[in-house]
Amino acid sequence: MTETTAPGNESIFTATARDWSSDVTTFKGVPWGKAMMWIFLVSDTFIFTCFLVSYMTVRMTVTDPWPNPSEVFALAIPNELFGLQFFESSIPVPLLLIAIMTFVLISSSGTMAMAVNMGYQRNKKGVVLLMVATALLGMTFVGMQIFEWSKLIIDEEVAAWQNPMGAAQFGSFFFMVTGFHGLHVSAGVAYLLIVAWRVGRGHYDHTNFEIVEITGLYWHFVDLVWVFIFALFYLW
Amino acid sequence: MATAEIPYQETVPLHHPKTWLGKYVFSQDHKVIAVQYGITAMAVGLVALVLSWLMRIQLAFPGLLEGFGPDEYLSAITMHGMIMVIYLLTAFLLGAFGNFCVPLMCGARDMVFPFVNMLSYWVYLISVILLLVVYPLMLFTDVAPTGAGWTLYPPQTITAGTPGADWGIVLMLASLAIFIVAFTMGGLNYITTILQARTRGMTLMRMPLTVWGIFIATFLGLIAFPALFVSAVMMLLDRLIGTSFFMPAIVSLGQKLEYSGGQPLLFQHLFWFFGHPEVYIVALPAFGVVSDLISVHARKNIFGYRMMVWAIVAIGILSLIVWAHHMYVAGMHPYFGFFFATTTLIIAVPTAIKVYNWTLTLWRANIKLTVPMLFALSFVLTFIMGGITGLFLGNVIIDIPLSDTYFVVAHFHMVMGVSPILAIFGGIYHWYPKLTGRMLNDTVGKIHFYFTFIGTYVIYFPMHYLGFVGVPRRYYETALGGTFPDFYPPSAHYLNIFITIAALVVGIAQLLFIYNLVHSYFKGEKASDNPWGANSLEWRTPQTPPSHGNWDERLPTVHRWAYDFGVPGHDTDHVPQDVPRKESA
Repeated sequence: MTETTAPGNESIFTATARDWSSDVTTFKGVPWGKAMMWIFLVSDTFIFTCFLVSYMTVRMTVTDPWPNPSEVFALAIPNELFGLQFFESSIPVPLLLIAIMTFVLISSSGTMAMAVNMGYQRNKKGVVLLMVATALLGMTFVGMQIFEWSKLIIDEEVAAWQNPMGAAQFGSFFFMVTGFHGLHVSAGVAYLLIVAWRVGRGHYDHTNFEIVEITGLYWHFVDLVWVFIFALFYLW
Repeated sequence: MATAEIPYQETVPLHHPKTWLGKYVFSQDHKVIAVQYGITAMAVGLVALVLSWLMRIQLAFPGLLEGFGPDEYLSAITMHGMIMVIYLLTAFLLGAFGNFCVPLMCGARDMVFPFVNMLSYWVYLISVILLLVVYPLMLFTDVAPTGAGWTLYPPQTITAGTPGADWGIVLMLASLAIFIVAFTMGGLNYITTILQARTRGMTLMRMPLTVWGIFIATFLGLIAFPALFVSAVMMLLDRLIGTSFFMPAIVSLGQKLEYSGGQPLLFQHLFWFFGHPEVYIVALPAFGVVSDLISVHARKNIFGYRMMVWAIVAIGILSLIVWAHHMYVAGMHPYFGFFFATTTLIIAVPTAIKVYNWTLTLWRANIKLTVPMLFALSFVLTFIMGGITGLFLGNVIIDIPLSDTYFVVAHFHMVMGVSPILAIFGGIYHWYPKLTGRMLNDTVGKIHFYFTFIGTYVIYFPMHYLGFVGVPRRYYETALGGTFPDFYPPSAHYLNIFITIAALVVGIAQLLFIYNLVHSYFKGEKASDNPWGANSLEWRTPQTPPSHGNWDERLPTVHRWAYDFGVPGHDTDHVPQDVPRKESA
């Protein structure tokens, strides 16, 4: 880091001019990996944007009826458990499962942010614990997603190519987009565990633990994408 | 300079491979990766060249080729287009020139993540193998290459009757998806290297224009390729598991297919959101290379450097909002046509700025007609030609009658086929001495140039006329002696024969180039460190060819831009970037 880093109150034009007239690095104090992750995320954003825009286009033009998300994604609270009866009959609650899933994923972003903080305090134990916690929350999310998929596939007989409730594109887009996001989460879990293991082994002791922040960037991105998927698939 | 930042690369040791395999095959050295990309791209380009011969022979002499029926013709069209646009031009300009030029011109030791860079090449090789494996498969199975046209429009792409609708298209889409993965790995490296790993004194506004072109083109690639990736995934799902993303309810060969409710137009939007920036992914590096070549070989600073940079940036941004001009006849809303025609014509402004600046660079310059310069000049001419026909096609009202005729074929071959290839040739003739330490043979180079340059005009000029008389593109038979002899005027037939003969000659002339590359590598005249008297950093490496790591202990320090030619008070007519400024100046 040099002394020229980001004086607070200059205009965007001055700042841009300074970036352009500086040698070696355009973004001062930003490690290569972090710059590269940001650029990768820009590219990945376009992948998800294309998926979601395609979904919106087809959903608006498809002729068969689209299933009501409040019903399709409702989770029934069982009326009995271990032989004890609570209610007269099971109660379907709209968006219950997805609310829990979203809560889990958002919480994982919280633990990730704490891990980044621990990294800059050079608290390796804290980093490892919090990253593993993040990975566990991520796995919980994927597990619940598997549950949701199997419910749709087995109980509702929705598949990527068919949907007894109307437009087949509902199943196609739902499985494709949530599946692609689920792959991102799963890859993120693997990435988190590898980095946590390497932090524990002392691979990054000579650095500023930027790697934790870089992993965090990816994780927060996957989380942010989920917000859009949630809004467009479950609330629309 | 305001800062005294120490480049990170000076502080970390470079990984030196010990084995032959690590040095030359699984190499992490950007120069070796550049050569690997270049050789693979040229090899696959030769396949596409042979395919174009087959098509031309069929058009001029129908029935001459046994076993080259309509199906094979359509497959050849598809593979020729896809290979040339993606696996040759994109891979060569970004994979080969990008890898070679970016670290050397920025004064870096290597790309920022050499291992990822190496992976990029090997994944690219996998995509090429997956693309071409269809030809050996053709011999033993009934798998055929897809014949959907390089635009792969559904629903015909995956409907029975189109060649390769069963497995050829699957191989093609899988290969494209893998190519995009490879490109992303390379592209992230180029951008990060340019942004964060330049040497002392190398500000963004001192970078050679080649680096600028590659930089913005890579950015475009990272933004545009996702659209192709997404459409490839969706079409694979349509084909393999029976979703209906792009497939409407459809009757094929008397049978109602299982599909219903999909959006064929959506594919076209996704495809062209990739496809149009792709033109500039190919053109911008070519612009950059040509700017540098013209400046060096005309011994004069590039005219309007800042304007050149901003023109590249402006073209990059504009290229993202013009895609639907490829779809005027696709049935979209007419108001869209109005919008996209306007944005398309606006692109002519920054492009014209570049052409004027090249011309003004040449104005009263000390022009040396070396082989790279000949190619650079021919690029400018060809690009103007192709650009002007682009103005015709950008207007809805002129585009509609000209759509899907040979006029379109002539236009895009001129502007994004021939022009970038000329820039690539120019670049190879220019950088070969630095890459190998030997000069390419000048006489053979000049013969190659005249055959290529004049030959391409002989091929593509008549096609404009064919388009005006209404000869449609992609048709198997457009000539006398075919099934529909009276449909076209006789002049179209004679021109087809003329074009075919020219195409065969130009194709064969490329063998001269390959001979030159191979022969000069062993027997060529030894090159000095800086044979052209250029200023940019790649000519200032301590060794020629540059060793692994490019520089000595200390990276070079840059004191000026790359275009100081004919500066008073210096012994030579050029002042390289790492020569300090004099106190008085």
